[in-house]
Amino acid sequence: MDATLPIIILALPLFMFLLLGLAGVKMSHKAAAWLGILGMGTTATLSYITAFTYFFSQNPEFVSATGERLQHVVFNLTWLAFTPDLVISLGFLLDPISALMLVVITTISFMVHLYSLGYMEGERGFQRYYAFLSLFSFSMLGLVVATNIFQMYIFWELVGASSYLLIGFFYTKHSAVSASKKAFIVTRFADLGFLIGILVLSYYSQTFDFIRLTTDSSWVLASTGGATFMGASVLTWALVLIFMGGMGKSAMLPLHIWLPDAMEGPTPVSALIHAATMVVAGVFLVARMFPVYILEGSATTIIVVVGALTAFYAAMVACTQIDIKRVLAFSTISQIAFMMVSLGVASSGNGEVCHHGLGYMASLFHMFTHAMFKALLFLGAGALIHAVHSNDYTAMGGLRKYMPITHWTFLIGCLAIAGIPPFSGFFSKDEILSAAYAWSPYVGIWMTVVAALTAFYMFRLYYLIFWWNNPDYGHHTPHDSPWCMNVPLVFLAAVSCVAGFIPFGHFVTWNRMPYDIHLDPVIAVSSVVIALLAIALATRMYARENSLPARFRAAMPRLWDWCYHRFYWDELYIFITHRIIFNGICRPIAWFDRHIIDGTMDSFATLANRASDEIKPLQSGQIQQYVWIYLMGALALGVITILCLI
Amino acid sequence: MEITALYYLLPALFMFCAGVYGFITRKNMIAMLISLELMLNGVDMNFVIFNRFLFPGSMEGMYFTLFAIGIAAAETAVAIAIIVNLFRSKGNVDVTGLNEMKF
Amino acid sequence: MESVGSIIMYAVVALTIVICSVLAVTTRKILRSATYLLFTLFATAAIYFMLDYEFLGGVQIAVYAGGIVVLFVFAILLTSRPGHDSEKLTSRSRRTGLVAAVATAIVCGWSLCSRSALMAGLPQMSNPDMKLIGARLLSSDAGGLLLPFEAVSVLLLACIIGAVVIGRRR
Repeated sequence: MDATLPIIILALPLFMFLLLGLAGVKMSHKAAAWLGILGMGTTATLSYITAFTYFFSQNPEFVSATGERLQHVVFNLTWLAFTPDLVISLGFLLDPISALMLVVITTISFMVHLYSLGYMEGERGFQRYYAFLSLFSFSMLGLVVATNIFQMYIFWELVGASSYLLIGFFYTKHSAVSASKKAFIVTRFADLGFLIGILVLSYYSQTFDFIRLTTDSSWVLASTGGATFMGASVLTWALVLIFMGGMGKSAMLPLHIWLPDAMEGPTPVSALIHAATMVVAGVFLVARMFPVYILEGSATTIIVVVGALTAFYAAMVACTQIDIKRVLAFSTISQIAFMMVSLGVASSGNGEVCHHGLGYMASLFHMFTHAMFKALLFLGAGALIHAVHSNDYTAMGGLRKYMPITHWTFLIGCLAIAGIPPFSGFFSKDEILSAAYAWSPYVGIWMTVVAALTAFYMFRLYYLIFWWNNPDYGHHTPHDSPWCMNVPLVFLAAVSCVAGFIPFGHFVTWNRMPYDIHLDPVIAVSSVVIALLAIALATRMYARENSLPARFRAAMPRLWDWCYHRFYWDELYIFITHRIIFNGICRPIAWFDRHIIDGTMDSFATLANRASDEIKPLQSGQIQQYVWIYLMGALALGVITILCLI
Repeated sequence: MEITALYYLLPALFMFCAGVYGFITRKNMIAMLISLELMLNGVDMNFVIFNRFLFPGSMEGMYFTLFAIGIAAAETAVAIAIIVNLFRSKGNVDVTGLNEMKF
Repeated sequence: MESVGSIIMYAVVALTIVICSVLAVTTRKILRSATYLLFTLFATAAIYFMLDYEFLGGVQIAVYAGGIVVLFVFAILLTSRPGHDSEKLTSRSRRTGLVAAVATAIVCGWSLCSRSALMAGLPQMSNPDMKLIGARLLSSDAGGLLLPFEAVSVLLLACIIGAVVIGRRR
């Protein structure tokens, strides 16, 4: 395949970033925004062409004779050559998941660009906002097309940086600044594990290259030579550490704490970065390394356990939050955990895939559908916030009459995430549940419960926003947003309606061999019934203002408190960092630094000062004094000479 | 009584010590210069005396003194030029006021 | 054994040196100080004569007494105001000066006196011939002093120029 198109896909957002970042202040808001939208639109079109060519051209570069989709390196430039074996390259890898991600990222990014035109209207630093969006798009695209794990790491850090910039976009707001710092530090901490994992893995395998690592991967296990560290094989360590990077980016327990705070950023940013694209980077990472993960059952088990716990935890917390963006943030955490679990259950734990690797396909399918409907929900939430000027559902209610477009699209999003056919979430979630049941019935049941909770909290949110009571909005009646905000909503809603019917198994599977997916009727029916029951419960509780929610809350005050306070994870972190690390470690070190090290240096300086003060008067400028001292010295020398001669 | 070299050397030494005293105690720079001449003169005498008493056949000590006298004249001329110049700029010839070169 | 006349002569010259050098550094009036210096220089010239260096004595009188002291007098007249006494000495600087002078006298005097036994009377020497002195001064043979002579002449020239440059009114 010609390298022109992929290079443009990467270079255009970067160019837009530089253009808007450097020359943006000279432009009007409109010009900058349309430039950004145009750039992103072009990138999206080119990505569609690329993905379409890859999936449908039947070109022998992309599809082998047996129907297997091939991993195609469009270009790969050597960047740093440490040793002949250990070379870091920058390149463009085209394979099913990167093509899929190209489509997802550019679509959502384009929608967000368009949406922001209305949402961010009149904000200070409007051009800067578009520059950052372009930077993020560039980084994310670079991440998904990385040909080697180190390139991925570089772009991984870049998305972290652009996420930091966008969360802290309203930098005059204290909470936004601290949220951006929190996100950066937490993910950075996780990336430390990622980097160590990369180094360990490449130390043994002598390569960074994804294709080498993932083709007939058993040699990777052999290359470690059975080395172990603290009772686990080094490969497990490497994989778990790499997964730790994914945990940070994808907000898995216990590194999830940054994501709810990241909602301080502008809502379209939350839709793009903290719902649809960046946070699924962890899932993408594991998917990319999947053939290596299969080798170590313990690593995939850890993924399943972490994912399952996170999914449940986040769903519980989402049931009690007041801030609608926080609800969506926890819902995102929960859904990403679904994807993680799904990837984990795709491995049977003994070096084989489980259930034909169904979980792998399901995970990426869910990633695709989730990106669409979660972006839709976030953009809908943005429209609500824009109309009501508050993040809390307590300020909303009965909005279905005022904002019909938002209402209907939001409802579609809720139905999709709740897993109601024929909306897209049903199909992907169903695949995940069948994969989970095939791996272990307990995990399947657990995930079904989480799915029910998902349906419940989403409809709780929906009812509280659009039904419940009908507060007096005064003369400032909420109304639907301008067209540039409605177009993305309608488009994403439409995609959410039909995306489930995509024969996903034909495009993305763990071994890149297409196969037909089919619904397991038992699981499908049961999960739909459970979801409907959850929705019915939510309808009963929240459709009209009543005292039932308050009674529930009064019945389980302890549980409600724990959920509302997110099970006190933040407090735990603050306790650990402030009480233990700051007080126990940093303070003594700071004291040591200030008093011992600085003190030593200061005393040297003081000593030198004192000495010079003492010596200084000798240099008085009085020549007679000099002569006197000189004479005495000369006489002393004379005396010594005479005494020696005698 | 025989007048040995010691009898010539002791006045020379005394002159030198007087020069030392004057150089250290006087504040007037010209007076200091005078003290300096005294010291120089004492040293000159030493050359001559040792030449005369120990090596009466040769004349190196005398020549040395001869040159020293010439150089002393030159040095005095320059020193006095400097002192006069200082007097012009500072209005006095007090050496204690010249402490620009201190720390 | 010396003649009584030469002993008296010596005593007078030595006393002049001692007294005038002390007065030269202790007197309050700077012009007197220069005068005492002149007497000391004359006495030194007398010593040279006594030691049979007549040419050197002549040079001492001509250059030192005649040239340098005149320079001093001019300088004093240029830099002092009428009736301007020299400064009062603080006790500290007098003490340090005394300490320095006495210490020098003790060290040097002790080293001289400890060897006084080795010192003999004046050996016989004919008065150096003027022609011989001039020939040595301007000869480039072994023991000739042409080079230092020329060096000193260049130095004197440099000093003349330097003095003019330094002393010139800007």
